[in-house]
Amino acid sequence: MGKVHIEIDGQQLEAEVGSMIIEVADKADIYIPRFCYHKKLSVAANCRMCMVDVGNLPKAVPACATPVAEGMVINTKSDKAVEAQKSVMEFLLINHPLDCPVCDQGGECELQDLSVGYGNDVSRYTEGKRVVKDKNLGPLIATDMTRCIHCTRCVRFGQEVVGIREMGATGRGEHMEIGTYIESAVESEVSANIIDLCPVGALTAKPSRFKARAWELRQSSSVAAHDCLGSNVYVHHRRGEIIRVVPRENEAINEVWLSDRDRFSYEALTEGQRLLKPRIKKDGEWQETDWQSALELVAKEMKRIVGGSEGNDFGVLVGNNVTTEESYLAQKMLRGIGCNNIDFRLRRRDYSGDGRGSVRSGFNFPMSQLDTMDATLLIGADLRHEQPLAALRVRKSTGFGKAMAINPFDGEYNFRLTQELQPKPNKLAHEFARVLVAADQLRPDVLSAEAKEWLSGIEANEVHQQMAQNLIDGDSSCILMGVYVQEHPHAEVINWLAESVSAVTGSEWGYMTQGCNAAGNKIAGSVPCQSAAGGKSQSGKNAREMITQGMKGYMLINCEPDVESIWAEAALKNLTSADCVIALTPFSDGRVADYADVMLPIAGCYETSGTYVNVEGKWQSFSAAVAAKGEARPGWKVLRVLANLLEVNGFDYESSQQVIEELREKFEAVGDARIARKVPPPLEEVEESQVTRESLGLYRVDPMVRRAIALQKTPKASTHPISISRVKT
Amino acid sequence: MTDFNYDQTLHLKQLLPKDAIDEIDHWMTKYPPERHRPPIIAALKVVQEHHKNYLTEELMQAVAEYLDVPHVAVYEVATFYTMFHLNPVGKYVISVCNNISCSLRGANQVIEHLQSRLNIKLGETTDDGLYTIKTVECMAACGGAPMLEVNKQYHENLTEEKIDQILSDIAAMELSNTHSETEVEE
Repeated sequence: MGKVHIEIDGQQLEAEVGSMIIEVADKADIYIPRFCYHKKLSVAANCRMCMVDVGNLPKAVPACATPVAEGMVINTKSDKAVEAQKSVMEFLLINHPLDCPVCDQGGECELQDLSVGYGNDVSRYTEGKRVVKDKNLGPLIATDMTRCIHCTRCVRFGQEVVGIREMGATGRGEHMEIGTYIESAVESEVSANIIDLCPVGALTAKPSRFKARAWELRQSSSVAAHDCLGSNVYVHHRRGEIIRVVPRENEAINEVWLSDRDRFSYEALTEGQRLLKPRIKKDGEWQETDWQSALELVAKEMKRIVGGSEGNDFGVLVGNNVTTEESYLAQKMLRGIGCNNIDFRLRRRDYSGDGRGSVRSGFNFPMSQLDTMDATLLIGADLRHEQPLAALRVRKSTGFGKAMAINPFDGEYNFRLTQELQPKPNKLAHEFARVLVAADQLRPDVLSAEAKEWLSGIEANEVHQQMAQNLIDGDSSCILMGVYVQEHPHAEVINWLAESVSAVTGSEWGYMTQGCNAAGNKIAGSVPCQSAAGGKSQSGKNAREMITQGMKGYMLINCEPDVESIWAEAALKNLTSADCVIALTPFSDGRVADYADVMLPIAGCYETSGTYVNVEGKWQSFSAAVAAKGEARPGWKVLRVLANLLEVNGFDYESSQQVIEELREKFEAVGDARIARKVPPPLEEVEESQVTRESLGLYRVDPMVRRAIALQKTPKASTHPISISRVKT
Repeated sequence: MTDFNYDQTLHLKQLLPKDAIDEIDHWMTKYPPERHRPPIIAALKVVQEHHKNYLTEELMQAVAEYLDVPHVAVYEVATFYTMFHLNPVGKYVISVCNNISCSLRGANQVIEHLQSRLNIKLGETTDDGLYTIKTVECMAACGGAPMLEVNKQYHENLTEEKIDQILSDIAAMELSNTHSETEVEE
């Protein structure tokens, strides 16, 4: 791209050919007022607020839609520019109600801010203002459509970024209104981003509506805890109470967006039933107690069960949003008392790769590369419901690249697939193997003789060939395995296939892991097969064994196996019949109250400091935004004290920082290298009934999301409906 | 897509006769195959002609499914253009332009005269189901302002007398139609 030289407000600037004046000004920190322009959306040029004065041109021009040219002299504050901006503001205010005192956007409203700078103090219009009926967009987004200034950011967001056009501009001229088709709730999993995009108070967040004014809020940086991307967020809180969660811009991860799940899950902490004091069950009745006696009891029970069974009859199950520090301390404590039964993989069926895989799970390339892949092959990946923002990135790549899927379910995609295969659930590995066969035919000198032997008798058709060809043709391509694969009885074989296809075609490969901290949990050693940072461990029981075989004692760290596990029924039965169930949880409701014997209140997300390791291996530490409720304490502190009571050495940590540093040191010593898998034994056939998808569902992934009231009222809550609809342009 | 009632959506082919579908298909061939939105206007016109001169939500949904575009995209077009009717209309739709040229030349008097003659308000239909009056955006006949359109016939340079003439012409036509129908019946 060539460069041109321009001048804005006397400042000499160099700009890319084809860029718009407003982009260049933004980069140089020269402010131009705007409503409809947004850097992530197409240029609409319909608000006309960004008028600037360009030398020689007789009239002011919109900065968002005027490309720069060599020698252009731009003035954003000349009389001509300011006069144009003021006139536009006057037009915008003709119909905009003067209801800022009762508007939730008041104090953080772009129109309010700009009207201070460009508006008149008295209106020249005495005519009645236009009134528009409010639309019901569902439980997440409140509307006040009379305030709408028709910038169409929300419409463009749906059309361009999400690929699901729910909002539209109906009517004409003065009768134009923004709304949905007929009256319906917006259903997309990233819908609430239009709240941030809306420059006025037309679209506001329903759950936090009228709860606080922007200037009363304090802002803390944090990391979202409901998918493996680790979206960056700001927690807005007032007097120790979380009011809302909004995206924190990070181009490398969530860009400027946030999924609805990450945005509204905080409601579980503010509105959910919280466990405020430690509880012990005596003769079937819950009794509140103090930390000291609760922890002493827990230590005594753990010693009794672990000691009496040589470590065989006690197990620890780790939940989806447990921090790396908590996970590390839990396994260190457990192994310190001679027990290795710890697992976070409550939905895994195939453990045959345990002890042979890499230290971290996920993928090994920057997430932002998903935007530019020439070919992406999804294996058992329902991105929209598992990692909603990753789906937006893959959608971006389909502007020029190809997306393909081998999903054993009727997936909902917000991008078009060039090739799609929908095998029976128990035939996923078989179908994927045919892609490897096709790849091997195209490039026969990569696979070993042993691998070729494994593939003998499998045949590829044109679709498999085209998939392999696309992966080879692309300058960059990747294979992403979703949660479905991780739950599949053939997970290890599929993993080997992905590794092999990637070796033959020169693609990247990796898992879109379940939960927000699968990578961190694995590094921390919360698996029976390896201790922290891939260290050796005597083998312990895995989640399936712990859940289905039954144990005398369980410790549950922020998880509900009776809901989350694949073997939910067995979990409920065995937890109920266990001698002692110790639950570390922020919540007091749910069936856990029936089967637990001790409940220890731990801090929820945003109430504890910690670290999550995301799918690309980025360690993101955060501090607590607010204090935990009642007597709840951060999980890492509870585990530290408990370990000391159990007389395990090395638990003198004073901060979570020290915990993560200790783990980080260990991890850096072994590194992130992947260990290549060996050719697996031949595929064992499984019955279809053993694989059928019992997806956890978009809004059921962890205890916190399950208690988020507004999310639970959305159409996608009970289960996300798999519809036959596809993206439309 | 928000296919909240996808299952209830009737296929356009079930709703329209074959020649109408052929006509829509013909319009679809006029645009690049990857562009699905351009034929929306043409499709809606065909559908409206085959459905008592108005559109329903079911029909608009069926058009969206048929053209493979978002439902709201069809709805946007249907609400933007005044030639599409979203409610049942009379046999004679009197569309009065009230844009700038016509307004300056007395469109308001035209509307008032029509309202008092037919005893209905803008957007309403007479009880006998014969007349609907509505305002429309510019019909590109500013040279003959004020103007109105009855079904597909333009009438320009309107005066009250001229409007009365148009109405009596329609009445006469209706009368002769009824007569001829009665004759046939006899």
